[in-house]
Amino acid sequence: MTSILGKDLTGLEHMTPEQIRLILDTAEPFKEVSERPIKKVPALRGKTIVNLFFEASTRTRISFEFAEKRLSADTVNVAASGSSVSKGETLVDTARNLEAMRIDMVVIRHPSSGAAEFLGDRIASNVINAGDGKHEHPTQALLDLLTIRDKHGKIEGLKVCLVGDVLHSRVARSNLWGLTKLGAEVAVCGPWTLMPRGIEELGVTVFGRIEEAIEWADVLNVLRLQLERMEKGFIPSLREYYRVFGVTPERLERSPRSITIMHPGPMNRGVEIDSRVADGPHSVILDQVTNGVAVRMAVLYLLAGGRAELADAAKGGGSE
Amino acid sequence: MNASVPLLLQGGRVIDPSRDLDDALDVLIQDGKISAVGRGLGAPDGAAVRNVTGKVVAPGLVDLHVHLREPGNEDEETVASGARAAAAGGFTAICAMPNTDPVTDNQAAVGFIVRQSGRAGLARVHPIGAVSIGQKGERLAEFGEMVSAGAVAVSDDGKPVVASHLMRTALEYARTFGIPVADHCEDPSLASGGVMHEGLVATRLGLKGIPSAAEEIMVARDVLLSELTGGHVHLCHMSARGSVAIIREAKDRGIRVTAEVTPHHLTLTDYACEEYDTHAKMNPPLREAADVAALRGALKDGVIDCIASDHAPHAYDEKEAAFDDAPFGIVGLETAFAVAHTELVVGGVFTLPDLIRRMSTEPARVFHLPGGTLAPGAVADVVVLDAAAKWTVDPNAFHSKSHNTPFTGRALTGRAILTIVAGTIVHEL
Repeated sequence: MTSILGKDLTGLEHMTPEQIRLILDTAEPFKEVSERPIKKVPALRGKTIVNLFFEASTRTRISFEFAEKRLSADTVNVAASGSSVSKGETLVDTARNLEAMRIDMVVIRHPSSGAAEFLGDRIASNVINAGDGKHEHPTQALLDLLTIRDKHGKIEGLKVCLVGDVLHSRVARSNLWGLTKLGAEVAVCGPWTLMPRGIEELGVTVFGRIEEAIEWADVLNVLRLQLERMEKGFIPSLREYYRVFGVTPERLERSPRSITIMHPGPMNRGVEIDSRVADGPHSVILDQVTNGVAVRMAVLYLLAGGRAELADAAKGGGSE
Repeated sequence: MNASVPLLLQGGRVIDPSRDLDDALDVLIQDGKISAVGRGLGAPDGAAVRNVTGKVVAPGLVDLHVHLREPGNEDEETVASGARAAAAGGFTAICAMPNTDPVTDNQAAVGFIVRQSGRAGLARVHPIGAVSIGQKGERLAEFGEMVSAGAVAVSDDGKPVVASHLMRTALEYARTFGIPVADHCEDPSLASGGVMHEGLVATRLGLKGIPSAAEEIMVARDVLLSELTGGHVHLCHMSARGSVAIIREAKDRGIRVTAEVTPHHLTLTDYACEEYDTHAKMNPPLREAADVAALRGALKDGVIDCIASDHAPHAYDEKEAAFDDAPFGIVGLETAFAVAHTELVVGGVFTLPDLIRRMSTEPARVFHLPGGTLAPGAVADVVVLDAAAKWTVDPNAFHSKSHNTPFTGRALTGRAILTIVAGTIVHEL
């Protein structure tokens, strides 16, 4: 059951621009499903999907679950705590047991980079990466791309800056691949302690100062600063981080453009982003969340073998 | 065949780097020693004769750095299975690191390795004792007793000797017994949590890197402490080009430093970690093409003294894990010569005598071991190599109990066809 996207969706690095555009285009008709009083279409009726979360997640897990349910799939949620995983079962044993239950798809989040590929190489079911370590979070980047496209009508030629903890961010890596493949200019901005080695060689501009990034960008995607980064000594204090790198209305006012503000959540208000910016007129943060469901419906549908041109029909013909 | 029967190796290409010898000669072995090397040697009564025309006769290979898992993890490797794998790889002597469970940090534990080696009767297994009790980096182990029980060096390998004061004391105390201190050079505060080389590949894979500086800092420190104490420091498994520069300068200044490099650090880069291949996960990590080039150059001109395998067996299911969770290390005894020969000699970087010097004569000299020479009167530790043999790496055919190698399926040229320890044939293909 290899789809036009391949068997698995583990990351955007090795996808083609055409595949990425196909997902975004397929998401468009699925947006409407969530606006209906009865939010359900039969596209994945009879399919069994396991949401396997080895890391805490609220937004991503719920978004996937809504996407699955709105496509009429049968879903099971497995969280690391309270499962055999916490009893020391290895990832490969978990995989084999799932496989033995004859499932169709696994959505996996795992703290180890490469865990989704590891699983995908060992089971016949489709594997969707919902975040693996510091590697990739492809559906997050896809929903970011869709949100940018909605707001600006295009992606090509836009200047997008990822702000903050790029070193530890799978969202940043997936965004970087997706944006560059679709022709955007990409920059990163943050303290050098939170920049991965060799990032410049990936074709991105590095800004050491947020003021420079704001002067340059059309879109700022503000990454979450994990509070433990301070404990591990990457930054001296959250207070200083806000003062040096915080995205504030005062800083944004200096830009000649109205910059679109994005954040993958959950936000630390008053650390990486000021509340007045997060809640301001140029924020598309909640649009990102809405688009997340549609993008994940598109990914599930395409991986299950659905054809993009039939997505409208798959909705149950309700959109005409 | 036992050592009481004389053995004549006839018509081979004899390469003995200890005497700069490379000629078509016969080698006669009697009473466990090299009896004669020359043209047209006659076979004494009752001697076994092997015609090795077209093959290479060399001093047996010597490996200063292997991990056997006995005691503690005998499912992964034992002294006997490691010695068997060594013999199959053309090694006549290997040095076993002390990070066993319990740690080989006292004379009884060292004596156990010596006895197990004797029972196996294959390649010689020389124990390396721990620098510190339990390899905890706190109190010196009893070097004197360990040396009298058979230890040839001390090391806390697997971990660095972190405290500079302890390293200083170890170098001074080891001088008393004429043994080197072998250090695993890694600044733990820089390397902590890292799983591969810090560079572009790690950035793309989202894996935590170990910067080259983590090694280079400790190399520089060890060089300075060697200069301070006059002790002999041996630097294990060098991986970074910066380390090479520091060693080069130290040797120019006459400091007593020696160094080794593994076949994999001479032939692979961090790109081997793509696809999250846990068989490319080792510590120190595989680094960049510029590092490989610097290591090759250093080995060629003697800044790095020798090749060592860092043979590190692990059970198959330990490597069947996410990259972060898999242990470091690969096996190497049965591929070391062929990988180095294929990449360096067939690849045109080294001559075969160069390679044998770096895998036999030099390692024997560095740790003051018997072997490494075919001089008459020396122990008859000899290997016969078929430099033209083509074979494909199949871990299922290994004598080692573990199969964790990144070279599976690799087509290689050259292998040992006859391994002789003290006049006794311990491996014949």
